[in-house]
Amino acid sequence: MKAVSAGGAVVLEAERTTAPRAPARHVSLRRLWRFKWGVVAGAIMLMIVAGAASAPWISPYDPVTVDIRHRLAPPAWMDGGARAHVLGTDQIGRDLLARMIYGGRVSLVIGVAAVLISSSIGVLLGLAAGYVGRRVDWAVMTLINVMLTFPFVLLALAVIAVLGPSLVNMIIVLGVADWPLYARVIRAETLAIREREFVIAGRALGMSHWRIVFRQILPNLVSVIVVIATLQVARVIILESFLSFLGLGVQPPTPAWGNMLGEGRLYMLNSWWIAAFPGLAIFTTTLAINLMGNALRDWLDPHMRL
Amino acid sequence: MKHFALQQLVQLVVVVVGISVLAFAILHVIGDPVLLLLPQNAGKEEYERYHKLLGLDQPLYVQYWKFASRAAHGDFGTSWYTDTPAFRLVLQRMPPTLYLTTAGLVCALLIALPLGILAALKRHSFVDNLCTMIAVAGQAMPIFWLGIMLIIIFAVRLKALPASGYGTWQHFLMPAFTLGAFLAPITMRLVRSGVIEIMNMEYIRAARAKGLSEERVVIKHAFRNACIPVITVLGLQFGQLLGGAIVTETVFAWPGVATLAVDSIRNQDFPVVQCAVVLLALIIVSVNFLVDMVVGLIDPRIRIGA
Repeated sequence: MKAVSAGGAVVLEAERTTAPRAPARHVSLRRLWRFKWGVVAGAIMLMIVAGAASAPWISPYDPVTVDIRHRLAPPAWMDGGARAHVLGTDQIGRDLLARMIYGGRVSLVIGVAAVLISSSIGVLLGLAAGYVGRRVDWAVMTLINVMLTFPFVLLALAVIAVLGPSLVNMIIVLGVADWPLYARVIRAETLAIREREFVIAGRALGMSHWRIVFRQILPNLVSVIVVIATLQVARVIILESFLSFLGLGVQPPTPAWGNMLGEGRLYMLNSWWIAAFPGLAIFTTTLAINLMGNALRDWLDPHMRL
Repeated sequence: MKHFALQQLVQLVVVVVGISVLAFAILHVIGDPVLLLLPQNAGKEEYERYHKLLGLDQPLYVQYWKFASRAAHGDFGTSWYTDTPAFRLVLQRMPPTLYLTTAGLVCALLIALPLGILAALKRHSFVDNLCTMIAVAGQAMPIFWLGIMLIIIFAVRLKALPASGYGTWQHFLMPAFTLGAFLAPITMRLVRSGVIEIMNMEYIRAARAKGLSEERVVIKHAFRNACIPVITVLGLQFGQLLGGAIVTETVFAWPGVATLAVDSIRNQDFPVVQCAVVLLALIIVSVNFLVDMVVGLIDPRIRIGA
């Protein structure tokens, strides 16, 4: 399965290599180097997912139990740190490690669910724009332009403020707002595939448009969709944690990396660890996802222009 | 060129209309402004009275038309919170946001240009790999966390820089770097691929064949042409840049439009939110338009291709 790159239409973070390719030895070494990191990243991601999934069993404490006597305890390796709380405790004595493990659940669920929504919308609109063309194409492209020029963060914030910050609302808002990227790429790819022989042959054989779109064109786009979706999970996680960081996302006491970071900010004068560790968790997760996405792209199709 | 400009202008108008519809929709379709305005124990009569007072009993398109025609005159209504015109409130906060964005852009270029060019000229070297790693890490970095870590290190620990606020050049350093770090990775990758593409062009070979020194080839011939894709994408990234500025502002309590918007969202002060969102989107749209024009002037291929 090989995705067709549409001539210059998909310029995203374009690694545009129309230039002569580097010597073969270099290329294979470079690919290997990337894959190695992809595998490491995949292993880390697996650990994060497993940790979040089995939180009730591996977590050392309950994430919302308050223990005022041990509040603001530093991590175990610092002066005054206790081995009981490896990463220390927060302002009301909750164990940071426990909250970190539980916090991953929220981020991962929102990230994956929102991406499922946005990729579905984006792929459908992209297919429609690319295959039907004309007015549909114009309408979708205009909509994409509007969405891309809108200060997305503010839009999401405003909508959440009106709807109220619940888990489901967050998923819907992030999912609905994040589709233009998929639509743009899928549209360009569809435009190119539409002109390929097998599609023309299908049409000549009298296949219905539905069948052509979903049975002939869509399967050719799976690898592109998978790669974008993977990378977008990271983006959605960052956005979700920013909303929670501002207090307009996941609400306390439910632990989420974003709201832990937001609460920790108030105590950063003396207790840096409350803000530092949740952020580190976000960073590690998004980094692992990005590395995985890059490796996936190179593995599925090194010429993909993403 | 005239045709190209006209085409872009039509697009601009359509996008602006789309933005106004979205901004209108935030308040009037997904939420009920009366419920937001009145105290929870207000009676039904009170509700009806306000409903009429705000003109909400009229059909949606009439309401939208009123909103849009007022907005076109810079009248977004008065703030529900401070009772001053929303437009004036937002306009007052505009300069800090623009300064921050500019500083962030400069910072991003200071990081991205030298590294990107160096990576392109010494492909697959240590420098190149290092740049790739920085870029991957930078793209995964949640900048609100980066900002907080900078504050903890430079303001809390070293006491070298002010933690937040606005006024002197010291106040600019951390926010500008944070925003720059947000934009630098993608810019670096673009500069790199742009320079790589151009170094393989025939006129570069010709310049070398003429006997020009390598520096002259790079600076006079390669870099200038590599600027075109960089300008285009920087223009298109402007929306991203403003999005990053929103995040940065909230971390450093920067008195710009974004902090105003976030505060207004918290206070459910929707006229101000709408005004801020529309004005920011307008800035993005006009910058994109200008960039299209400039690039169209520099590079005739683009205006013919479009």
